[in-house]
Amino acid sequence: MAQMKFMCDAERCIECNGCVTACKNANDVEWGIQRRRVVTLNDGEASEMSISVACMHCDDAPCMAVCPTDCFYKTDDGIVLHDKDLCIGCGYCLYACPFGAPQFPKQNAFGERGKMDKCTFCAGGPAESKEEEYQKYGSNRIAEGKLPLCAEMCSTKALLAGDAQDVADIFRQRVVHRGHPDGAWSNNPQASADNLAYDAARKG
Amino acid sequence: MNLLTAQAPVRVPRSGKGLALGIWRLVMVALVLMLSLGFTQVAVAQAEPDREMRTAAPGITADQWRQVRSGETDANFRDSRHDSNYNLINASGETWRTLRNRWVSPFGLIAVFGMVGIITLFYLIIGRKELAEPRTGRKLFRWSLLMRSLHWTVATLFITLALTGLNLLYGKFVFRSLFGDAFWGWMISASKVLHNYLGPLFGILLVVLLVKLLKDNIPKKHDLQWFKQGGGLVGKGHPDAGFANGGEKAWYWLLATAGIVVVASGFVLDFPNYGQSRDTMQWANIIHAVGALGLTAVALGHIYIGTVGTEGSLEAMTTGYVDEAWAKEHHNLWYEEVKDQAISEEEVAARKSGDSSSDVSASRPS
Repeated sequence: MAQMKFMCDAERCIECNGCVTACKNANDVEWGIQRRRVVTLNDGEASEMSISVACMHCDDAPCMAVCPTDCFYKTDDGIVLHDKDLCIGCGYCLYACPFGAPQFPKQNAFGERGKMDKCTFCAGGPAESKEEEYQKYGSNRIAEGKLPLCAEMCSTKALLAGDAQDVADIFRQRVVHRGHPDGAWSNNPQASADNLAYDAARKG
Repeated sequence: MNLLTAQAPVRVPRSGKGLALGIWRLVMVALVLMLSLGFTQVAVAQAEPDREMRTAAPGITADQWRQVRSGETDANFRDSRHDSNYNLINASGETWRTLRNRWVSPFGLIAVFGMVGIITLFYLIIGRKELAEPRTGRKLFRWSLLMRSLHWTVATLFITLALTGLNLLYGKFVFRSLFGDAFWGWMISASKVLHNYLGPLFGILLVVLLVKLLKDNIPKKHDLQWFKQGGGLVGKGHPDAGFANGGEKAWYWLLATAGIVVVASGFVLDFPNYGQSRDTMQWANIIHAVGALGLTAVALGHIYIGTVGTEGSLEAMTTGYVDEAWAKEHHNLWYEEVKDQAISEEEVAARKSGDSSSDVSASRPS
């Protein structure tokens, strides 16, 4: 079974927001909700860096762990989905999520938030019919054998989606090509292994 | 792009082909112009690798990831989400999760069920506290109708909030598999709605109750002695107590402190419309849960003592009257003050059925 993952290569992301638009378009998300966001650090400085974030479909998902209704579940492909019929809009998943992925259509008095919405890895969610699924969760591209539209539309291929192993392989090739001493990720325990790649790149 | 277009006209004449004859001339010029644009670009890139190196965006460094990890958002932080006030990585979420799931949740269960266990053991071993002297049949007025109504309203709200709150924290481990998704979905949704709408009402009424009870609950010196004797469990004789004994005062001040903190943190959680941050709500949630679980555990003690635990206590809050014997034993100082106001059961019945205006003020020390 695949373990579906997103990865955003921050050195490639050009902050075009194409992924954000693609997501809104593919899933027909309701007004005010934006399942994917692009964050830019140090905007306008030499160290500027952009990264596209949505639900990262964590292995040990904090949202699942704190949900009072237990409405989250993991598909066989490692995609974290939730049942909007069970969601009570308490907001706990939002408190716990490292990526700010869960969003609520409302933010009213007496904790009236409506049903939580988040990225589904374009895998829809639990519903009786296809129409209901689309209306509640957006498209189910995974069922059609397609990857999430955000990653497919990414103009610089900064945003990668797919089986963790494939995504890692692509990124590893890039790292070798760039010759980063620490594999582009700081405090990487694999740094010494990547240093070999760095040396190899230098020689070539 | 500006650089390239500026250089292009200089290169065009050098190629020479652009000067061909015939009607194709114009087309050829355009074609070459376009081609030379492409060549120029390559030429510039190849000619100046150092310049390319200088202007290329540097690789992402450990410092930047450290910045992400710290959750720092400076003036040059951008988020494409329209009203987002989030940082890139919400590191405090993990702290909140650990506190809630690893500490509050198990220890809350231990506190509440531990209290149930202690009370049960106490009841089985020591048993109900019967009145030492037989009832005299003469009654003292203790709680007005207003105070009784207030007490039972707050009590009902407290129990509702405790049960719905416990369901929000622990329900999923028990009821989802027990009842199935359809009923569980309804049950947890109702819990949240009741909790969120009744909570503020409880908060307001609790404050009213606390204000009305304040003058009876000022700590006195004899309260210390009351605690030393464990409320009469330790040593001989019953310790001194006024209208409220040491234990009641402790419960009062617990509600006046922890209770208010629980109410205040509940308000923070219940009104996200004021835009308080995730971090604020994480802490409010932990404080709310710890305080509420603690109060629930202590409330079990209060409920036990007020009902099956002590003979003659419950009738004070149901009828408003207590027996002389009960007052003398549990609230001797209060009894001394009001003993001349004792009335017979017939008079109580007459008062209740007839003129209810006398039912307004309880015979309390002023």
